[in-house]
Order: sequence, then structure tokens, then C-alpha cells
Amino acid sequence: MSTLTDLTLAEARDKLKAREISARELTDAHLTAIEKARPLNAFITETPEKARAMADQADKRLAEGVAGPLEGVPLAIKDLFCTEGVQTTAASHILQGFVPTYESTVTKNLWHAGAVLLGKTNLDEFAMGSSNETSYFGPVISPWRRTGDPTPLVPGGSSGGSAAAVAAGLALGATGTDTGGSIRQPAAVAGICGLKPTYGRCSRWGIVAFASSLDQAGPMARTVGDCAILLKAMASHDAKDSTSLNVGVPDYEKSVRAGVKGLRIGIPKEVRGEGLSAEIAALWDKGAEWLKAQGAEIVEVSLKHAHHALPAYYIVAPAEASSNLARYDGVRYGLRVPGDDITQTYENTRAAGFGREVQRRILIGTYVLSAGYYDAYYLRAQKIRTLIARDFEEAFKGCDLILTPTTPGPAFAIGAKTSDPVEMYLNDVFTVTVNLAGLPGMSVPAGLTGDGLPLGLQLIGKPFDEETIFRAAGAIEEAAQFTARPGDWWSTS
Amino acid sequence: MSERPAKTIEGVTGAWEIVIGLEVHAQVSSKSKLFSGASTTFGGEPNAQVSLVDAAMPGMLPVINEFCVEQAVRTGLGLAAQINLHSVFDRKNYFYPDLPAGYQISQYKQPIVGEGTVLVDLPKGETIAVGIERLHLEQDAGKSLHDQHPSYSYVDLNRSGIALMEIVSKPDMRSAEEAAAYLKKLRALLRYLGTCDGNMEEGSMRADVNVSVRRPGGPLGTRCEIKNVNSMRFVAQAIEYEARRQVDIIEGGGAIHQETRLFDAKKGETRSMRSKEEAHDYRYFPDPDLLPLELDPQWIETIRESLPELPDAKKARFIEAYGLSPYDAGVLAGEIETAAYFEAVAEGRDAKLAANWVMGELFGVLNREGLDIEASPVKPERLGALIDLIADETISGRIAKDVFAIMCETGEEPAAIVEAKGLRQVTDTGAITAAIEAVIAANPGQVEALKKKPKLIGWFVGQVMAKTGGKANPQAVNALLKERLGPLDEG
Repeated sequence: MSTLTDLTLAEARDKLKAREISARELTDAHLTAIEKARPLNAFITETPEKARAMADQADKRLAEGVAGPLEGVPLAIKDLFCTEGVQTTAASHILQGFVPTYESTVTKNLWHAGAVLLGKTNLDEFAMGSSNETSYFGPVISPWRRTGDPTPLVPGGSSGGSAAAVAAGLALGATGTDTGGSIRQPAAVAGICGLKPTYGRCSRWGIVAFASSLDQAGPMARTVGDCAILLKAMASHDAKDSTSLNVGVPDYEKSVRAGVKGLRIGIPKEVRGEGLSAEIAALWDKGAEWLKAQGAEIVEVSLKHAHHALPAYYIVAPAEASSNLARYDGVRYGLRVPGDDITQTYENTRAAGFGREVQRRILIGTYVLSAGYYDAYYLRAQKIRTLIARDFEEAFKGCDLILTPTTPGPAFAIGAKTSDPVEMYLNDVFTVTVNLAGLPGMSVPAGLTGDGLPLGLQLIGKPFDEETIFRAAGAIEEAAQFTARPGDWWSTS
Repeated sequence: MSERPAKTIEGVTGAWEIVIGLEVHAQVSSKSKLFSGASTTFGGEPNAQVSLVDAAMPGMLPVINEFCVEQAVRTGLGLAAQINLHSVFDRKNYFYPDLPAGYQISQYKQPIVGEGTVLVDLPKGETIAVGIERLHLEQDAGKSLHDQHPSYSYVDLNRSGIALMEIVSKPDMRSAEEAAAYLKKLRALLRYLGTCDGNMEEGSMRADVNVSVRRPGGPLGTRCEIKNVNSMRFVAQAIEYEARRQVDIIEGGGAIHQETRLFDAKKGETRSMRSKEEAHDYRYFPDPDLLPLELDPQWIETIRESLPELPDAKKARFIEAYGLSPYDAGVLAGEIETAAYFEAVAEGRDAKLAANWVMGELFGVLNREGLDIEASPVKPERLGALIDLIADETISGRIAKDVFAIMCETGEEPAAIVEAKGLRQVTDTGAITAAIEAVIAANPGQVEALKKKPKLIGWFVGQVMAKTGGKANPQAVNALLKERLGPLDEG
């Protein structure tokens, strides 16, 4: 059955449509793989019964000829998307046991398209982290290992469970959310593709909020084409989300093999200089060469304020988070740890319910919004944000896409960076800029390190121009011929 | 506005001036809440009108209710205020069990409505202008119920998310009377506009009162804010109490500290709630879930064109068209329902007579019974019909009062009452003359006395009226008596 889990999403879709395979057998194969892969801790909640029921429904619709575009395709859903009747935790103790009575718009779109829910994937608590180590339900172990070295590595974060599940063949695709790099960074270090769409492309309704002005849902899959198929199904204008934009959703799959002839690819000179490792610099050069070889023009662009992005991000995101997470107070749902009065109940509940990283960010966020500090921190960060957006606007006058590495390095060992939050935050240095400007960005696997770990390249596009990203991502994919897959050590150990 | 006469209160060291500003929370009249589709109907079962957004469930997002925005703009126009084409919703962060999200969505630095003016009539015929600082839209919180369980508080979220307009005045009022009059005028305006029902008992309108005292014309004193004063009477009481308290402190050598105080309606006093040092840091910031509110000037003009005639314009028209005194016009235009009632009665009739009946007999009955004019036992058409009976001399004004009293009791048509009770005015001179003769014959002493004291004619009129059961036309009785008893020396 292993061949079924090795299919790309597009292949599986076509075989389902041709009735060469059934949705049920495809789902069963993935459920078996999930069960075997429990050592990876990629899922918080597995939903095998629901998956089989949905698969049977899909088979029925396939037989009746009324199949949706994702009919019978089994997916993993980051446990930040509220799913009706299925526990939704945000990987936090404070939401443990919370079962929504409603379905997020993005997942509703996927189910309407015929997709099958395999389970809810692990993540950093409230999506705050870059290594999936802050989850209340324990870290996710990357399916990847350094060559000849069994040291457990992180899968990246915050969408670490989704990345691990896709990389390990536990799902044909997965949803992620990306606030500062939470789709692209784990995609890069897990050797898969991940796209953060333009802010407003996918509805945020029903997704547990981290930082509202930055959060955006997106697809994670093993190929560029699979991401294109997923994005088409996930994206929609939603009247329930005031920041969702009413723009048409193109057929992205067509763009993937459209080629890059005539495209101008920008290389931001300021980013280039920043203590880049030789390995990453070489990969970046290679990426540019690949695109050039296929007919693109490489140009230098300037992102003058890019080096301010990380500090600005770590003000704006915690500020919004401190307010967004105020609702977890033990009054209406989730964890309640009673105290003698309401204040003590708040304190007990939130002390027990939130992990250290979440508490740290709530504290930072509360601080930067406080009277007397607001202007110095929050307001200045917002100004930097405006400058960064303007930098991109200027840069895009001279190019169609911007190419950068996705991460400063490959996956690291579990525990390696947990003692120094700033060291951890530096993982997002190439990705946060994109969120601050609300632009689309995608990570594509581009190669392996000397010790066999995946690295990714990031493509940044103009607002709502995911199509051009898919063109270049398809070109990199074709040139890179990234076929490496993690060894199946977990099912043999 | 002309310089107002100083209004001061006396302390032991001299006169003090009270400076008052009001923050009024007015619930927007709207079927659904400011950011959700849940119903706003008052009095529902606890937690029966709560959407996922109102309960702040994970992942829920607010969506602005356009009608509430329209209502705020309409109110701004009614306050002769500036409408801001660009305004921003902010989050006001604090923890409380009846605030599900842990923040209230409000408008902080950029409200939807800016400066405006309200003209306020005072009982003595004086008119003052009270400046409006701003009006902004915000969500209401839920309600905590502390009397349902010995050790727990319960929360009702029906009110959570309902749209409020916070209307902030400038510190332009100088007495409890002025503050109460302003509140009354504001309430009337909102009701005219249809943007708030003004029902203070149901909490649709609540006031926070800022009070400070100073030497007349001197620099402003430190203010205290009195929270949630929920009736016109309490506003006046709270101000009187608070001003006196502040004067006593200052004259006793103390100083006023800026603080928030609570009005205790039972004891009629204010008491400290929290000091400035204990004041919350609300950590306002723009709500990232909502885009700034951008209004189209054309849309605002459309709303402006749809505004009803407002109290000031109506008052002017009543003076102009009906020849009413400014005072009467002000009273009748003061409430939209009163104005409508009056106009229905005055239509095609003697407007001054209509005004006298509405403000006299009708208000008397309504006050006695504690009724709103909409619940009046006498509908305007009936009162009009009664006035018609006076005009065509079917009954006298005096008899009309008796008929009105019966109308109040039975709700019958005035003409039917007149017929049934035989109250039709006697204009038949024969019958009146007969009554006069009988009175003269029975009272020879009074006839003698009349020669020395002509004013006694009134006594004769009374006797004749009594003899005819009050139905005689008083003018006719007067004329016939004078004719019969000869020209009297009026001197």
C-alpha cells in the first residue's frame, strides 16, 4: 500500500477520478501510515472514523459523477482551524477538549471540494514558535535525520505537524497558517512546498487567531502543483472576514508549468549581505541560475528596511496576540482553574493553560501596548511596517518576483534553541518581511545540506499574484529535481 | 449665545461655580448587534441572543453592521456635528467576565463624529448652547448577575455586542438643572432621529457625569467622573451631591483627586470607585480584524436629506405658523410624540386653543395617571372633536372640561357624551330669561345690594348657570342679566 501514500495529490486526484483507486483505500493507506508514524507526534487528534466516512461519501460522489475537485483526497489539518465536532486545541492546554460547533471557512471550502479529514496536526502552541517545541502535546519529531545521525530534529514551526505529516507521507497535503513564516519555514526544513498566500486571499474566519493582521492560511504539499490545487480550493472571498478580499481565484495549476521566460527575478542586495552561511548563499545562487537558465532575467533590488523586519514583527505580533488571547479566561470554554475570586481564577487558569512561550509573548505584547510605551514600540513598529511595504512596492517596479532563501539554515536538533528565544526568532528572518507587507510567499525545496537535510528557496510575489509565484516555483522544482524523501525509520524502530 | 447669568452655589468662603460635562451612552436602535447578526430585543431569556462572535469563540471575527454606522451618522447630523469620513475601530483591553473577548471594540483617537452643538431650553425661557466633543460607536458588554447564586456570579451575554453611541459633551453646563435639560434635549433629539429609543429604565440611555467646581470665572478644578447615572432625576441629584462634596472638601482645606465615583441612588450620594492611579491601562490599539471605516460623502448627503424635522425647527415653526409662545412651542415640540399629538389636534382648528387643551387638561390627566402621551385615554381626533364642539358653541369651555373627564374614563365620542348627558348648551333666550326671573324673584335682597355693588352680577350669573345645569351659554346669560337689571355703574 505504500505506493498510495507516495502518490502526489494531483496523481491521486486523477486516479480517483478515473476510478483506478477508491477514496476509501487511499484514506486507509494514509490512516495506516499515520498509525505507524505515531513516534513523530505529528497529529494531536486522529480522526480515522470520520476519515473513512468522508472517504465513503467521496466514493459515492465519484461513482455518481458529481465529484468535487478534491474528491477523496485525504488531508491533514493544522489544529488551529476550528473543525465542527472535532477537538480543536491550538496545541494549548487552555483549549484542550474544546470541540467547536462550527467549521472554519477554509476547511469548509476543502470539504465542499470533496477532501477527507485525516486528523488535526500538531503545532507550536497558538502557532507561536519555529520548531514545534512549544506544543502542550509535545514536540513533533522531524521525519528527516542527518545522514548517519539519529539525533531527533525539529520539523520547523509552527506548522510542524503538517510539514512532518506531508514529508513522511501521512497525508497528500495539509493546511498550515503563516504569521511570520509558519508555513514556509517548516516546509523548507521538511523538504516540501508551502505557500503563504496574499493577506486576504484565504478567510481567517474560524482559525484560532494569533496575530490578526499577519495570519494567513495556506497549503503545504510535496509538489508545487499540489499546492496550486489546494490553494484554489482553500481561497475564497468571505463576508464573515472583513479583511478578506473580493478578488477572483484563478486556476493556479495552469501556472505551474507556464515557465519563467521574460520574468524579472529580484535579488535583494541588503538581505544578501547578512552573515549568510556559505551553503545557503550557494543555494541561493543556484536558484537564480536555474531561473536564468529557463529564460528569466535576474535583477538586483533593494529592500532598505528589511533588517528592521524581525524586531518590528516581534512587537506587532505579540501586541495583537496579547489581545487576541485575552478571551481564554476560563469563563466560557476551555480550561478553568478556579481561584477564590475572579482575578485569581484568571491568574490560575492562564498560568496553567498557557505555556512559557505564549506567556512570554503575552507579556511582551501587553508591555508594548501600555501607556507610555505604545508610541515607542507599537507605533514605531507600524511605521517600519509601512516602510517595508513601500520597499516592496518600489522593488516590484523593477521585478516580478523576489528570490531569497527561506531559512538561514536547515532543521536543528530538538532542544538546541529553546534556551534562547532570540536565537529561535532568528529562524524567521527571511520570512517575516513578507507577512509585514501582506505579500504572498512560497518555499520550494531546492537541495540538501552536506549532511542530508533539506533547504528551501523562497519566492515573494506581488499582492494577489500567486500565479507568477507558481510559475517560478514550478521552474525551480523542475530544475532542482528534489526527489529526496526521509527514510522510513519510525516504522522500523 | 449671550452671557449667561452666573449660577453658583454658596460655600462658607464664597460662591462656587459647578462645571459639568456628560458622557451619554445611547443604545443604537437596530435589529442586530454592531458586529454580529444576533438580535438586540430587550428582555430575552439570558444568553438567548448571543452569536459565536458575541461569545468570543475562537476564530470568530467581527463584521460591521452598516445600519449602525448609518444611525451614528444620522445622529451626528442631528447634533449639527462634523461627520468624519475616515474613522477607526480600536480595541479597549480589560478583563471582566461579561466582556467575552477581553476587549471592547470602540473608537478611540478617530471617532466617526466630531464636534457639534445642542441648543438647550431652560425652564425660565433661557436657551444655552452645549458643545458636543465627539460621538463614537462601540460595543456594549454583557451583564453580570451577582444575585443568582451564593458564591458564583452569572453572566448574560444578550447585551454583549449591542451598538452604543457614546456622545461626549464639552464641559458647558453650570448647574444640575442645565445638565438635566441637556439630557432631556439629547434624548428628544435621538428619539426624533429614531437612532435610540431613549429608554433609561431599560438601560438604552446611561450617563456618566463629570463634575468639578471652581471660583466663578476661575481656572477649571479637578473633575470626578460619576458612573452610570440612569435617570434625569439621578443626574440632578448626583451633581448636587457631588458639587457640595467637592466644595466642602476644598473649603475644609483639602484637595479634589481625579477619580471615578459611583452614584448610589438609594442614598442619593456618590462614593469612590477607583482613583486615577488605579485607573485601567486599556492598551488601545486599532482592531486588526476591522478595516478603517471610510464613508462616502454622497451617502452622508442622502442620510441628511432623509432627516426628519428636528425639535428646534419644529419649535420655530410652531411659533411662526401657529402663533404659539416660545415656551408653549418648546414644550409641544419637546417630544416627537407630543408634537405629533398636538399637530393632529391643531390641524384645521384654533391652534392656541389646541395648545391650551393639550398642555392643560391633557397633560394634567397624563401626569396624574403617569401615562405617556401615546397611551393617552383620549386620542387626538377625539380631543379635536371636543374642541370643535366648543368652537361651534354646542358646549361651553366649562362643560367641555366635564365632557373631557368623561372621555378619559369611558373613551366615548364627545358628541355622544353631550347628547347622552344632555349637556348641549342652552342658547334659547326664553329658557334663560325664565331662569333669570326665578333668581330675581327668590333674591330681592341681592337685587338691592347689586345697586351698590355692581360686581355682584357675577353672583347672579352663577345662580342662573346653576339653575340651567351649567348648560346656558355664559355670554347669553351675561347679556340678558345686564339687560334685565339695567345698566350698572361699573365703577
